[in-house]
Amino acid sequence: MQSAAVATEVEQDNPLIAGLERLPVRPTALVIFGATGDLAHRKLLPALYNLAHEGALPERFEMVGVARRDQEHNEFRDMAKESIERFSRRRPDESVLKGLIDELRYVPGEFDDDDVYSHLRRVLNEFDQRAGQELNHVFYLSTAPQFFPVIAGKLGAAGLNRARDAETRIVIEKPFGYDLASARQLNAEVLEVFDEPQVFRIDHYLGKETVQNLMALRFANALFEPVWNRNFIDYVQITAAEDIGIGGRAGYYEGAGALRDLVQNHMMQLLALLTMEPPTAFDADRVRDEKLKVLEAIVPPAVSEVPSMAVRAQYGPGTVGGKRVVGYHDEEGVAPDSRTETYAALRLHVSNWRWAGVPFYLRTGKQLARKVTEIAVTLKPVPHLAFKSQGSVGVQPNQIILTVQPDEGVSVSLGAKIPGPTMRIRPVNMEFRYGTSFMSESPEAYERLILDAMRGDATLFTRGDEIEALWAIIDPILTEWHEDTTSPIPQYAAGTAGPPEADALLEGNAKWRRL
Amino acid sequence: MAAAVSEDVWAEQNTDPDAIDAALREMLRSRHAANQTLAPARVLNLIVVVDRAWKGEISNRLARVGRYHASRTILCAVEDGRDTLDATAVMSYEDTAGGGIGVIRESVEIDMGPEHLSGLETIVDPIVISELPTVLWCPHGHDDAIAALQGITDVILLDSDDFPDADEGLARAQEEQRSAYVVDLAWLRTTPWRERLAASFDPPARRASLAAIEGFTIRHQAASTASALLLAAWLASRLQWDTRPLVSANGAGLHGRAYTSSSRYIDLRLEPAAQDVPGLAGVTVTCAGYSLSLDRAHGGLRANETIAGHGEHSWLVLGASRGEGGILGEGVRQALLRDPTYGPALEVARGFQAHAG
Repeated sequence: MQSAAVATEVEQDNPLIAGLERLPVRPTALVIFGATGDLAHRKLLPALYNLAHEGALPERFEMVGVARRDQEHNEFRDMAKESIERFSRRRPDESVLKGLIDELRYVPGEFDDDDVYSHLRRVLNEFDQRAGQELNHVFYLSTAPQFFPVIAGKLGAAGLNRARDAETRIVIEKPFGYDLASARQLNAEVLEVFDEPQVFRIDHYLGKETVQNLMALRFANALFEPVWNRNFIDYVQITAAEDIGIGGRAGYYEGAGALRDLVQNHMMQLLALLTMEPPTAFDADRVRDEKLKVLEAIVPPAVSEVPSMAVRAQYGPGTVGGKRVVGYHDEEGVAPDSRTETYAALRLHVSNWRWAGVPFYLRTGKQLARKVTEIAVTLKPVPHLAFKSQGSVGVQPNQIILTVQPDEGVSVSLGAKIPGPTMRIRPVNMEFRYGTSFMSESPEAYERLILDAMRGDATLFTRGDEIEALWAIIDPILTEWHEDTTSPIPQYAAGTAGPPEADALLEGNAKWRRL
Repeated sequence: MAAAVSEDVWAEQNTDPDAIDAALREMLRSRHAANQTLAPARVLNLIVVVDRAWKGEISNRLARVGRYHASRTILCAVEDGRDTLDATAVMSYEDTAGGGIGVIRESVEIDMGPEHLSGLETIVDPIVISELPTVLWCPHGHDDAIAALQGITDVILLDSDDFPDADEGLARAQEEQRSAYVVDLAWLRTTPWRERLAASFDPPARRASLAAIEGFTIRHQAASTASALLLAAWLASRLQWDTRPLVSANGAGLHGRAYTSSSRYIDLRLEPAAQDVPGLAGVTVTCAGYSLSLDRAHGGLRANETIAGHGEHSWLVLGASRGEGGILGEGVRQALLRDPTYGPALEVARGFQAHAG
């Protein structure tokens, strides 16, 4: 409730913000734990630069990196500069970059070491003194997940979880938990120290423009909502296909697998946004209340039902983009007898008035034929067909395709007459592409999310009860797959659309869309 | 790295709008047939009417707008003595070798004579993309073109700093508001300053100071008086000050007073400053026991804050300069948005100028 209250307070009481596109962000000190890690290097530091470039950072902004590497401020600044120069979406302006980098501070140490937090407190106090006011604090946990409760606990013990005259927030990267039990445990540990409105669980998919556009498409257009239900929609497919393998991430991926890596978070978020009821207002709790309701309407399968509603597989050797690639078991760091899935497909049902009977198919995998993330909504066929299909592919059910990547946009397939003397029909596409319909490029998801966290707007972050609802759906599948140590894991050749076993999940006329 | 841009070009002398329209359609058809990953941008039309002698300068400005290019730009270059239309149409598109969708943008240059302007709508209307908003920019005046295109213009882009005096620029903006939405580049020059002032007074502890402002000084390039007036007027309109005309400060800018509802007065000063680039150089807000100055600096704005009993603080508010090219690009982008605060600020700014000498 606090986050919504903060946003409301800003918008109602400051007479100077009317008409401004960029709303003020209160003076803030951002602390990144894991500041020398890959996420900070590739995403967080470049995102902060782009916010600085656009003048979107708070009036008073300070940043501290905390990590185990023993180095001086200057070494951290050099590293940050290199990250920004390499990964920023725009060429850095030298003077802005210098202004940002020169003020960065670094605190080295182990995350469970009390001295780190004493040191951090001194640095934050110094910032406050320099600013002549108490700055808001945002603690961004970009570390390995086992450190999340440790850092939260230590922040609490050091008294850094609260401030007298400022806000304190904690941003927690994914994965939030390993299964339902661990997510509950982590929630409990974090909420022992911070109140729910202070906690910002990040899923960077929610920061993507196309994902937010899902809500605009549904709730700002009279065209779609009347058909957005069981009466008109035959089935829905959500695909997150990657055309790369695990790279050097075997250590992480062996313990995660496709289900945890993409389905439990990103894909289920897409499903929730696609199926939720319209919120009464676009604010954090109203949106998240609706997402929670629809997630709770997805009845988790019994463990015994899992084999009939979920398929896992691993990629074998194959050809991707004309190059031979090794199979999963031959990847460096992967156990030869690994049962970790690199592909997962599910059939889910949303048991409520709107969606009863409509199957939702989710599939994700590595080393597939193409990189694409999309939602395909297939409508039911027309009830009576007056046209003959001879001489054409005939009338196909309409599809609404929302592409998240790589070509962000929406397309609607329609039946249209083929020019000529006879009434022959074939599908054509009406397309909306971001690149042709908007002049501005989409900001990186992390830019939006960091700014929202600093502003205290939690709309695009996952609430504690929501994260547990997400895990509750996935948990029985994890259990079944964990307990089944004997059934052979289906294999698919790298560079293909996945295992044929996934076809068994499809009901009625449904078929997997071509990748 | 930016993708390589290729172009298809068509040109014809002594042509007509139908031929130009047909050429655009044919270029689009053949380009799409050759490369189906290309799609035309469909965001807005931009009509620019210029003196032909200054066409190059305006073309250069348009080329520097960054990513905010109009989908179809129609540049009408007016030349004394000309009685025929010569046109060149260019279709530019990005290389899509790396995959993805490539965006096509179209631009048309039409050389015409002054006699064509009264009937300009009949020349331009067949060429604009009809379902898109149309923006009109006449940086060299051409009032007859503005009048002729009134029926197809959704947005007028102008720069009230670009007139011989600020009063004339602001009066023109107010006049154009009656028929179209106005995007004023002078107003856009004030955007970072408005954002920073809004942010400076956003913390609850600081917000109370808004009601206690005693002075507001704006330092500006001499040619950017309209921007300065608009910024002062914005603060006055947002805080509901009762304003009076400003008077000349012995040739060193303008000064005057505004009044709060409790009849307390605020000292307003607009001071010309030596600055190479158009726009504002700095602002100072003073309240009882508090003052804040923001001044242009490398990498953003240098903020200096003085709080009674707490000393002075100085810091850099980060932000890259947009440059004049960026401001024009922002003007194109703003054509798709609506700023509810410009109109009230413009009205107050006009009041500031009522008797200024």
